[in-house]
Amino acid sequence: MRVVVDLNRCQAYAQCVYAAPRHFALHGREALVYDTAPDDADRAEIERAALACPVRAITACADDLAALDEAGR
Amino acid sequence: MSEAPGRVVIVGASLAGLSAAKALRTEGFSGSLVLAGDEPHLPYDRPPLSKQALRGLTSADTTLPQPADLDLEFRLGVPATGLDRAERTVILADGSRLAFDRCLVATGARARPWPNSAEAALDGVFTLRTRDDAERIAARLRDRPGRVVLVGGGFISFEVASVCREMDIPVTVLVRDSLPLAGAVGAPLGSFVAEVARGAGVDLRLDAAIARMQGDARGRLAGLVLEDGDRIETACLVVAIGAERNTAWLDGAGLATDRNGLRCDRFCRALGADGTPADGIFAAGDVAHWPNPHDGGALVAVEHWGNAVAQARTAARNMLAGDAAALVPHDHLPDFWSQQFGLTIKLVGLAAGSDAFAVVRGSMEERRFLAVFGKAGRTVASASVDSARWLPAYRAAILEGAPFPPLPGGVDAPARVAMQSLEEPTR
Repeated sequence: MRVVVDLNRCQAYAQCVYAAPRHFALHGREALVYDTAPDDADRAEIERAALACPVRAITACADDLAALDEAGR
Repeated sequence: MSEAPGRVVIVGASLAGLSAAKALRTEGFSGSLVLAGDEPHLPYDRPPLSKQALRGLTSADTTLPQPADLDLEFRLGVPATGLDRAERTVILADGSRLAFDRCLVATGARARPWPNSAEAALDGVFTLRTRDDAERIAARLRDRPGRVVLVGGGFISFEVASVCREMDIPVTVLVRDSLPLAGAVGAPLGSFVAEVARGAGVDLRLDAAIARMQGDARGRLAGLVLEDGDRIETACLVVAIGAERNTAWLDGAGLATDRNGLRCDRFCRALGADGTPADGIFAAGDVAHWPNPHDGGALVAVEHWGNAVAQARTAARNMLAGDAAALVPHDHLPDFWSQQFGLTIKLVGLAAGSDAFAVVRGSMEERRFLAVFGKAGRTVASASVDSARWLPAYRAAILEGAPFPPLPGGVDAPARVAMQSLEEPTR
């Protein structure tokens, strides 16, 4: 999958950290560190994190296009 | 430009370009959509590169999510070399020509190179802008260099210095000015960042400049000598002295370009050299030089994530607008964030040019506060350090130009506001 967080919006409510602890973490009080390329198998967890965000800062999509990038087009 | 466009070409395959492509489809555009970029990668996100990716916490593969049904044609790894306005064609370096009805210029900026090209070519001298840059620097950090030197007093320098300290790698930051970041966020916040960095063990040198770099016989960086004569031994130096806007490919196109980027109007329409909108050509993101409605229309060029997204969306809407009455202005209030030394610093509005500063919640001592910037008695910007939830409340005050200083004594606010005058940052 591909994940991006709008960190202008993020206010460190940390709901994503509870929903998907292996892919989102806070370093310090408000600095969100997140997995930009989680495994497709974790899709339900990532989508739960996106839904849990009270400020709608998380965008995630399946990874259909990544293989094309590997091919170096 | 009243006919509905059938072909849109976006030049620049980064955040602004991809955001525009998504917005065009969301707005109902069903014609052909080409996204051309000089790097071989699909559009990727840059902010994690100077933070978590550099430290190796996450991969430097920060490819941005994109919906599967975008129906985009990518032309990646080939830079654009020209734009023919009469023929409505973008020319790529491989000689191919992309015809368009609407073109979005989103070619962004590149890291400003170290001015001495022989020194810049030394092995161990880096800039940090692209995913490939981040991978190269991350690999070098994994080898645990004896000392990393950052040149430049901007946020990238302090973010990289923060990563080095977290990895327990000695680090020196060289700042030419007497304070870091003063131009962007004012002297009080610049002093705060300097103190935090020093507290984390950064060897911060102010009023410092490099006289020369020293290489070994194999062309590897070995050290540098400062103008005050001090020598610093290092095999890893990151040049972070700002960005240059990618407009050279537009030379000869008759567009209004200069070192600030491609000039556009408030509807994101690129202007021709004669100052009138160029038919069918728009601009968004770091390359755009635009009138900021929140500063009386003063021209601004920012390198902010949020602006790239917002401006791309406005440009996309206006590319599809049937006539001038349907154009929407780009009225985004600039905002950005930085993460360093475990702190999250956020700013909304434009602090540059402000004349006063006040901490209105929390305190610098506890490293958790919210501050407001004033200009001629109006509120023009607000900054938060680990207090992001307060920041949106001040966005409205900035938008309406509320009086400065704000009223003291509110809930969780100090009984009186200690205001500081800001001088023009020294250069």
